[in-house]
Amino acid sequence: MTGADPAPQVAGAAGAPGTAPAVPTRRGTELVMLAFAVVITLAAQCVVDITVTGSLRPELAAFGGWFTALWAVMHVVVRRFAPYADPLLLPAVALLSGLGLTMIHRLDLAGEQVGATATREDAPVQLVWATLGVGLFVAVLLVIRDHRLLSRFAYTLALVGLLLLALPAVLPASISSVNGAKIWIRLAGFSIQPGEFAKICLIVFFAAYLVDKRDVLALASRRVMGLELPRGRDLGPVVVAWLLSILVLVFERDLGSSLLLFGIFVVMLYVATERASWLVIGVGLFGAGAFLAYQLFGHVQVRVDTWLDPFAYRDEGGYQMVQSLLGLGTGGLFGAGLGGGRPDQVPVAKSDFIAAAIGEELGLFGLVAVIIVYLVLVERGLRSSLIVRDAFGKLLAAGLAFAVAWQVFVVLGGVTGLLPLTGLTTPFVAYGGSSLVANFALLAILVRISDAARRPAAPPVQPGPPQRAMLGEAPTEVVRP
Amino acid sequence: MTAEIVLQIFRFGFLLLLWLFIFAAFRVVRADLFGGRAGRVAAVPPRAAAPGKRKNKGPRTLVVTAGPLAGTRITLGEHPILIGRADDSTLVLTDDFASSRHARLTNRGGQWYVEDLGSTNGTFLDQQRVQGPLLVAPGQPIRIGQTALELRS
Repeated sequence: MTGADPAPQVAGAAGAPGTAPAVPTRRGTELVMLAFAVVITLAAQCVVDITVTGSLRPELAAFGGWFTALWAVMHVVVRRFAPYADPLLLPAVALLSGLGLTMIHRLDLAGEQVGATATREDAPVQLVWATLGVGLFVAVLLVIRDHRLLSRFAYTLALVGLLLLALPAVLPASISSVNGAKIWIRLAGFSIQPGEFAKICLIVFFAAYLVDKRDVLALASRRVMGLELPRGRDLGPVVVAWLLSILVLVFERDLGSSLLLFGIFVVMLYVATERASWLVIGVGLFGAGAFLAYQLFGHVQVRVDTWLDPFAYRDEGGYQMVQSLLGLGTGGLFGAGLGGGRPDQVPVAKSDFIAAAIGEELGLFGLVAVIIVYLVLVERGLRSSLIVRDAFGKLLAAGLAFAVAWQVFVVLGGVTGLLPLTGLTTPFVAYGGSSLVANFALLAILVRISDAARRPAAPPVQPGPPQRAMLGEAPTEVVRP
Repeated sequence: MTAEIVLQIFRFGFLLLLWLFIFAAFRVVRADLFGGRAGRVAAVPPRAAAPGKRKNKGPRTLVVTAGPLAGTRITLGEHPILIGRADDSTLVLTDDFASSRHARLTNRGGQWYVEDLGSTNGTFLDQQRVQGPLLVAPGQPIRIGQTALELRS
């Protein structure tokens, strides 16, 4: 029995087929799926090169090697330090980031073809960002050996998150403003969006806070018209979150982050308390806020007007939207084929509108496939949330998974005309360093929680206590059958 | 002409490849859900690995059926399962009615016994307050505060 104690280390270190661990770690499945994702990415790269230029580019081998190495490193790290992690999290992200890199490379090529004077290659830059992301992934996985550690720093992280969120708002516009949204910090040719990191910090804080307070928020309620309404004073947290998101909207002119933060908070509140009334209250508050913002702010009005009728504004604010819709229409069911369309017609196709580029070249079938890959990622996150054994982990995993889902929904809604345009990025796919790096950190936390969730119940994480417990229990148990 | 055909093959071939990936991913999900969740598969290999050592006919998972952690499953091994509010418990409860070390489930020859560890509000097996170690049958509810658990095979 004591001999079984080091089992997880053995499984973690070797995971070799010969020494079958007691609980399948499913690292082999992960490796196969990762290889599949890498193969798809490389195939996509080849197709793009052949279609656009007629031959493979010489750097393709270097790209392939680099990209493969990134995922090999991640796989090895997960095998060693989170052996029971979910086998689909990494492959889904590998495919998404691979497709993103391919589309960015494809748009680079389109830029060269048109003969733009400044032929800036964004794909290699994005690959460097991905490498940084992998670095952060490894660091997070190494530092946070148990996700419950995070709950101890909840309030510190909340402070950090708020600072990151507020920083661009107080900086002068020359540093922080790009295309009207004040969400950047640009220094020495280097630009980051601190809001992406703030998102993760705040989710951790929400989870820790709600675990503490959920009993109050769930139990003290009055029943009005079939809805469990909370007491007035318990509305405090949700109103604070609402005010915060309104402030982001006003001072940073960023509809996306505002919607993202408030949505995450309301859903986490719902998950923590199991009271649907919070969703109703959240939607009501958001509706009121959105209406007010529409009345008061010009930039919100422009967004909404171009959303309602993009073709009426095709020469001004609606141009992007019109091009995006035309692109999606050109793509049709099966798409124009990778490299066969003109996705570069959409302004900022590499970041905000990369989904439109995918829709044009891979068609509805391709875009839906990408959405399903996101769905798989989110499902695995929620599943980890279901089976993990502590409330903080449950709430954190649910929050992180929902953040990805919500972000994808808002972005795709914007690109397809379902929702007004927001400035959010498609996670893991779109061009943008901070978004990619931050999402790799998010992935690392999900991997850590899913490892804790799927790890067999005993032996516990620490090697010390179980030994003592075993010795201590021996006499009591032998005496009474 | 040939180039055109090649491009069409690329176009549909790539979509096919993408959907094959999704198909493969769904197979993994399915294996996880039915072919034996991580939990159920878990209990099988030890039997195959050490057939003579012990018979593992007893329950294989501990399922939380009610309370804030409802839906949580724990794969049973040979090790005891600690339940309580303490961070190092196997099942960490966040219930004001649970003590920090509330109860323990132990395996004796494939049978599971529940034992109260001197909790304030008690552990109940089928309405009966647990005093000494009691044998738990699969499906019998164990109640701790707002949480209900049962063993399943």
